[in-house]
Amino acid sequence: MMLTDLTIAEARDGLRAKQFSAVDLTLAHLRAIEALNPRLNAYLSVGHAQAMDQAREADAALARGETRPLLGIPLAIKDLFCTMGVRTTAGSKILMPFVPPYESTVTSQLLRDGAVFLGKTNMDEFAMGSSNMTSHYGPVENPWKRRQDKTALLVPGGSSGGSAAAVAARLAMGATGTDTGGSIRQPASFCGLVGVKPTYGRCSRWGVVAFASSLDHPGPFARTVRDAAILLGSMSGHDPKDSTSADIAVPDFEAACARPIKGLRVGVPEEYRSDGMPGEIETLWRQGVAWLREAGAEIVDVSLPHTKYGLATYYIIAPAEASSNLARYDGVRFGLRKNGEDLRDLYERTRAEGFGPEVRRRIMIGTYVLSAGYYDAYYLRAQKVRALILRDFTEVFQKVDALLTPTAPSAAFAQGEKMDDPIKMYLNDLFTVPANLAGVPATSVPAGLDANGLPLGLQVIARPFDEATMLAVAQVLEQAAGFTTLPTLRAGG
Amino acid sequence: MALDPATVRRIATLARIRMDDAEVTTLAGELNTILGWIEQLNEVDVTGVDPLTGAAHMALKLREDVVTDGGYPERILSNAPDRIGEFFAVPKVVE
Repeated sequence: MMLTDLTIAEARDGLRAKQFSAVDLTLAHLRAIEALNPRLNAYLSVGHAQAMDQAREADAALARGETRPLLGIPLAIKDLFCTMGVRTTAGSKILMPFVPPYESTVTSQLLRDGAVFLGKTNMDEFAMGSSNMTSHYGPVENPWKRRQDKTALLVPGGSSGGSAAAVAARLAMGATGTDTGGSIRQPASFCGLVGVKPTYGRCSRWGVVAFASSLDHPGPFARTVRDAAILLGSMSGHDPKDSTSADIAVPDFEAACARPIKGLRVGVPEEYRSDGMPGEIETLWRQGVAWLREAGAEIVDVSLPHTKYGLATYYIIAPAEASSNLARYDGVRFGLRKNGEDLRDLYERTRAEGFGPEVRRRIMIGTYVLSAGYYDAYYLRAQKVRALILRDFTEVFQKVDALLTPTAPSAAFAQGEKMDDPIKMYLNDLFTVPANLAGVPATSVPAGLDANGLPLGLQVIARPFDEATMLAVAQVLEQAAGFTTLPTLRAGG
Repeated sequence: MALDPATVRRIATLARIRMDDAEVTTLAGELNTILGWIEQLNEVDVTGVDPLTGAAHMALKLREDVVTDGGYPERILSNAPDRIGEFFAVPKVVE
């Protein structure tokens, strides 16, 4: 077995048993990156020297008998997390020169627990996209291929497309992502991975480049539910530097994965269907229901009546918050500057030159819906519909312990598809957006393949701060699905 | 509420994004499509519903109003496109 094929849990045991060293493990991944990244474009930057230093430190710590949870485990970091002394671009031209003088809370916790950082991963510009096609640094190739057409370049999903492609192709054992409307779960579904969007407030947003602050959730990617739980445990916890960070104890997520689900009530919401959704996604969903029933869960038909308004609500609230958050990119304190005739001209030229078309479009929508005369009609109304979407979840969670839905209305599509009409691209997030609006935890688990041989995910949603139940349900799905197919492009493949 | 090019230009000014006429025309079309699609929210009865500002399932915490950070101008200025001494520099604002 190749070192790059190990799960995090297996690698942790192997390192502790001295079967191989952290240096061996890191080198195996750096070599895989060297071989495949020129094609996949999953990493924007690779930190060879830093990764090797961290691996050597991990070996020294292992020799002293230390057992930190991620000691010597090589990870990829989405380029939205500020990493001290390492360029952080958010996939944007405007941050091309930006080298943060500080470390985000989530990445500093991963480092505290002994992780090795291989590099920073590609993403849609400022996390605005569902295909990784809006990155200033070029698209990412999904390592999965259609069975009958191995040449088509498919998207890995987005916005955390580089992280998903890296973990799927065995160029990292796990990765960080962020999920504002589905940016962890949709790429996890497209790349055959487990992706977790925890409860809002579980993982600190401090040091994560802001897109829409009330919707942004850091979370992990991994190849198994257990690995995702290990990463989530390290990333979680109260942070005084983020005022929305929850001061709530972090349970043992890894132990929670093994909990039996006998007697749990799982809701199946009738609204999680869309026009043109392939029949095989509906079939897989029913299969998931059957798996949970066999494991002893009680299945309950439920309704979340405002689901279909989630996307339109999101496309007011997210751009509104983005237009405010992205006001900081003015060419004065950091990032790109384009000089002009006066200060205002400098701002306008810097922002025209530094932001790509999708980011400009969203800033424009956000500015419009917040502007005098339109605020009540758009922004205030969207906030009220958001309240109704949260109420749907609150009421349904009085009847059930978790919800099962499809993750995305399609499998991975080809690069260039859905580019002509922004709304077509937005529809990718139909099933993932409601959990962001409500702040409830949700995860995508690979559950099957479509007729083209591409992975499809199922989504488990749970009550606020009950990731433990969510992970237990996810692990039952994972075991029942027995998802063992590997992507075409992978280390040693 | 269709957006005309003049409105798009006004929003671009508010957003501080320089935009040529071709982009104004393209964006007017795209924004109208998106805003037209968003109109579906008018179907929802929101009578008596309080707006929800965030997803946090808890009250915001307060902390003591004291200085907890700072005192490193070189780190703050390390990414400045232009600086004079310990200050960010910009083109002259007042004649």
